[in-house]
Amino acid sequence: MIDKNDKSKNADALIAELHEFRDEVITKYPKKVAKKRAKSIVLSDGDNPPQIQANVRTIPGIITQRGCTYAGCKGVVLGPTRDIINITHGPIGCGFYSWLTRRNQTKPVDDNDSNFIPYCFSTDMQDSNIVFGGEEKLKQAIREAYELFHPKAIAVFSTCPVGLIGDDVHRVARHMTEEIGNGINIFGFSCEGYRGVSQSAGHHIANNGLFKNLIGRDDEVRGQLKYRVNLLGEYNIGGDAFELERVFEKCGINLLASFSGNSTVQKFENAHTADLNMVMCHRSINYVAEMMETAFGIPWIKVQPIGAHSTAKMLRKIAQYFGEQELIDKVEEVIAEEMIEVQKVLEQARKRTVGKLAMLFVGGSRAHHYQDLFEELGMTTIAAGYEFGHRDDYEGRSVIPTIQIDADSRNIEEITVTQDEIRYRPRKTEEELKALEAEGMEFNEYHGIMKQMEKGTLVIDDLSHYEMDQLIAKYKPDVFCAGIKEKFCVQKMGIPLKQLHNYDVGGPYAGFQGAINFYKDIEMMVGAAIWKEIKAPWESEDYVEATFAY
Amino acid sequence: MNTTKESILKEAASSCNACKQCAPLGACIAFKGIEGALPMLHGSQGCATYIRRYLISHFRETMDIASSNFSEETTIFGGNKNFNTGIDNIISQYHPKVIAIASTCLAETIGEDVQRLIYEYQATHTVETGHDPSLPEMVFASTPSYQGTHYEGFHEAVFATVKALAKKKTTSNPFSLHQLNLFCNLISPEDIRHLKEIVADFSIKAMIFPDYSDTLDGTSWDSYQRIPEGGTSIEAIENSLWAVSSLELGTILNTLTQSAGEYLQDTFGVKNFRTGLPIGIRETDKFIEILRSFSSPPVGDLGGFPEKYQKQRGRLVDLYFDGHKYVSMKRAVIYGEEDLVVGLAAFAAEIGIIPVLCATGGESGKLEETLKEALGDLYSDEIAVGQGMTFEAMEETIRNRDLHPDLFIGNSKGYYLARKLDIPIVRAGFPIHDRIGAQHNRLLGYEGTTMLFEQIVNTLLEEKQRKSSIGYKYM
Repeated sequence: MIDKNDKSKNADALIAELHEFRDEVITKYPKKVAKKRAKSIVLSDGDNPPQIQANVRTIPGIITQRGCTYAGCKGVVLGPTRDIINITHGPIGCGFYSWLTRRNQTKPVDDNDSNFIPYCFSTDMQDSNIVFGGEEKLKQAIREAYELFHPKAIAVFSTCPVGLIGDDVHRVARHMTEEIGNGINIFGFSCEGYRGVSQSAGHHIANNGLFKNLIGRDDEVRGQLKYRVNLLGEYNIGGDAFELERVFEKCGINLLASFSGNSTVQKFENAHTADLNMVMCHRSINYVAEMMETAFGIPWIKVQPIGAHSTAKMLRKIAQYFGEQELIDKVEEVIAEEMIEVQKVLEQARKRTVGKLAMLFVGGSRAHHYQDLFEELGMTTIAAGYEFGHRDDYEGRSVIPTIQIDADSRNIEEITVTQDEIRYRPRKTEEELKALEAEGMEFNEYHGIMKQMEKGTLVIDDLSHYEMDQLIAKYKPDVFCAGIKEKFCVQKMGIPLKQLHNYDVGGPYAGFQGAINFYKDIEMMVGAAIWKEIKAPWESEDYVEATFAY
Repeated sequence: MNTTKESILKEAASSCNACKQCAPLGACIAFKGIEGALPMLHGSQGCATYIRRYLISHFRETMDIASSNFSEETTIFGGNKNFNTGIDNIISQYHPKVIAIASTCLAETIGEDVQRLIYEYQATHTVETGHDPSLPEMVFASTPSYQGTHYEGFHEAVFATVKALAKKKTTSNPFSLHQLNLFCNLISPEDIRHLKEIVADFSIKAMIFPDYSDTLDGTSWDSYQRIPEGGTSIEAIENSLWAVSSLELGTILNTLTQSAGEYLQDTFGVKNFRTGLPIGIRETDKFIEILRSFSSPPVGDLGGFPEKYQKQRGRLVDLYFDGHKYVSMKRAVIYGEEDLVVGLAAFAAEIGIIPVLCATGGESGKLEETLKEALGDLYSDEIAVGQGMTFEAMEETIRNRDLHPDLFIGNSKGYYLARKLDIPIVRAGFPIHDRIGAQHNRLLGYEGTTMLFEQIVNTLLEEKQRKSSIGYKYM
C-alpha cells in the first residue's frame, strides 16, 4: 500500500467519493444491462474482498476492451516463441492483425537459430474453402511452410469459420506429422474466436496444448547452474525477458524457460527439469504451473518482478526456496548493486510523480503488477480492473472452489494430468515445504488485486468504453494505463495514457532496469508540457474581455 | 511479359506475410465517413477488437466499433438475440443517427440474414404511422473476410450505404445547381480535405463520400464526444440520387458487386464518371479536366481554371525539373491497394522512376490492364505486375527477377522486407503504423504530389548520404 506521506491532499477525499460512481454510471444503461454491470463494479477491500462478477460474456453493443479466444491462444501465449511456425487457419484478417502487434522480442542465439516471429502465416481461406472445406489447403500450407523453413514445430490455430465448417485441425496435424516425418512436431489448437468470454479462454487452450505437445519431451539436464527455475507468464514485451534473464544470470540462477517470452521449442520441452516454477501472469499461465506440479512435482510460487522492490522480493523468495547461503548472499549483493541506480532515478522521478493519481485497466495481471511501480513513484491507484481476469485474479485463489462454471468455461477442454510414473520427483519434502511456509513462503497462492488496493478504491471488470469516459471526466487521473484502443480517446480528453499491452515504444519495464525505464517514462508523461496547451488562449476561462476606459 | 500471379510465382496455397487485410476493416473505415454513424460488426467480438486496434494504430484516433459478441451458443442458434441487444445498447448509449453494420466470417458462414434482422428490429419498433422515426437508420454491408480484401470491403460499404439511404425519389429535386457526387476512395483525411477545397474552388457543389476527414482526424476535446463530429450527412447521401453526375476516384474499385456510382447510374440515371486517383501531373490533369467540365458557369480567369491550380501545377513542374536527376531511372517496388498502386505507378513513371514491381494483395484481375491504361506510353515490359501477392511472393519475385529496387513505396508492412533488402520505404496506403501522421499523408492533387515528390527525393538523398563513405553535405 502507498505511503501515507506520498498521497496528495485530495486523494483521500476523492477515494471517499468513489462509491457514487457505480450508481451514477449504471443509471445510463437499460435495466437488464445495468443489473449486470452493477455486479462488475465494486469497491476494493483488501481484508475482505467483495465478490466481483468477472469472466462473463460481454453484453453485445457495449464496446469492450476484450479480444477473442484466438487472440489469447495465438497472439499471447504461442506468439512469442521464435522457432515454431504459427499458421493461422482461416481468412486473412485474424493472422494479419496478430502479426507482431504485441511487440514481443526474441533473440536468436546465432545465425543458424530460427526466428519466425517476423512472419505471418495464414491459409488465407477463400469462398471455396468455406464451402468445400479447408483441410486440403491447410495440409498444403503446412507442406509449404516446411519446404521453406524446415522448422522443428508447426502450430495451427483455428479461427471462427474453421470450427463452423468442421475442419479438424488436430487430424490434419497428425496426418502431416506422419507425412513429413523427420521428427517434426505439428499440433493444432481449437481456439475459434467465439469459444470463450475473452482471450482468457485462448490462454487456457494454449496451456493445454503446451502441456500435451511440448512440455516434457526432452529429459536432458542442461546448464551448469544448480538453481533451476522457470518463469511462467512472461511474454517479453519490449524486452522484459531480456532484463529478467540478465538479473537471473547475475545472481547465478538458471532460468530454463520463460513461458513464452524469448522462448524456443527446446526450452518448453526441457522445462520440466526445473526445480521451481514462478508464475508472473497468473491469469494466462496458472494452468501449466498446476499441471507441471501434478505431473512432475515442481512447486510454484507467484512473483511479480514489475517494480524494483518487487523484483528484489522475487529474488529473495528464490533464494529462500533453495535455502543455500551462497545464493542468499549473492542475491543480496545483486540487489544492493542494482538499487544504487534505481534509487538515483527514482528520487529524480518522484519530484514530479509523488501524490499523483493513476488508473489501470489492462490485462489479467498487469493492472495489478504495475501498481507496485506506481507505489514506488508515490502515486495512488484509485481505480483498476482487468480486461479478461477471473474472480481469483481479483479476490485471490481461495475463491476458486466457489466460482460458478458456466457454459462458456465448460466448452474449454479440461485435460486430466496425472503423476508421471517415472519423472515425478517432489522437489521438496512435505516437511521442507511446511518449514518454508512457516517462514512466510506461499506456494500455489495468489491473493489477487484487491489485497493490494487501498480500501474504497474502484475495481471494475471488463470496463466499457462509456465507463472509461466517465472515470476520466469525473476523476481526472494523472495517468491512465490501458491499451491502444483506449489511448487516443483518453488523450483527447487531456490525460496521458501509457499502453501496458505493448508499452508504446518503451520497455523493458520488468526487473531493475525496467523499473528505471518506467520511472523515466512516467516522469516524462506527467511532466510533459503539452498537456497544458490544450486550451487556446482565447478559450481560457479567466479570459477578461477588454472594455472601454473612459 | 506474363504478369498474372501464376506466372510470376508458383501458386502457393498459403499466405506468408500478407499484403491485404480483411473486408470488414475496410467497411469500418467507410462507415466512419457517415455523420453520426456507429459501426457494428455482426459476429465475434475479437473482430471488432482487432479491427479497432488496427485502425487506431493508423489513424491515431478514437475508434468505437460495436460488436454483437457471438458466443458458441449464438453460433448454433443464430444471432438475432445478440443483434437486438446490441442495437438496443448502441442506441441507448450512443444515440447514433446511423448504425452501420458489417458482417464477419462467423455470421456469414452460419448464414445470418442481416437485412432480415434489421427489418425485424424495425418491425418491432413501430409507432402508429409505421417505423419509429426516432430509430437510427441502419445500413448493412456484407463483408466476409474470405471474399476480397479490405479494399473491396471499403467499397462494398460505400455502395451499401448509398443503396440503403438513396432509395426513392420521394422529395422534389432539392438542388438548384448541378450537383456532383464525389466518391473519394480510401484516402487520408488530409486528402479528403484537399479534395473538398479543390471542388469548392471550382464552384462545384458536391457530396463527398465517405468523408472521415473529421471523424478520423479530430481535434482535442473539451468534453467527451460519444460519436465524433463530422462525416457526410444522411441527407446528402439520400439526395445523391438527384445529382447530375457521380465521379468515382479509382477505376478498379469493387469488382465483387457494384460501385456506388454504378448503382446511382443504373437506378436513377446519375451519370457516372471514373478517373484514377489524382496522383502525379497526368492523373491530376485528368481529374481537373473533369472538374472543369462540371464547373458551370466557368470560374476563374482561365475559363473555369482557378489560377491557384495553374500556379500549383507550375510549381510542381518546376520541382520535377529541380529533382529529376535524383529520381531518374531509380527502381521502385510499389504495393498496396489496387487503385493506389496504379496512381503511384503512374506518378513514378512520369518522374522517371521505373516501377519494377507493382504488387497488390487484391485479386480483381484488372490491375495490369488498368496500369497499362494509366501509364500509357510510359508503360514498359520492365514492369512486373502481381495480383494476390504477399510480401513473401514479392521477395521471391525481386530476387528471381533481379529487380534490384532502390526503394519501396507502400504501407508499413513492407518494412521487414525493405529492411532485409536494405532499402528505404516511402510510406503510403494502409496501414502506416510505424510513422506518425498517416492521417495527414498527402498524395492527391498537385499539392499532394509536391509533397510526395519531395519525400521521395529526400528519402533517396538521405539514403545516399547514409551509405556514402564520404560525408556529402552538398547534394
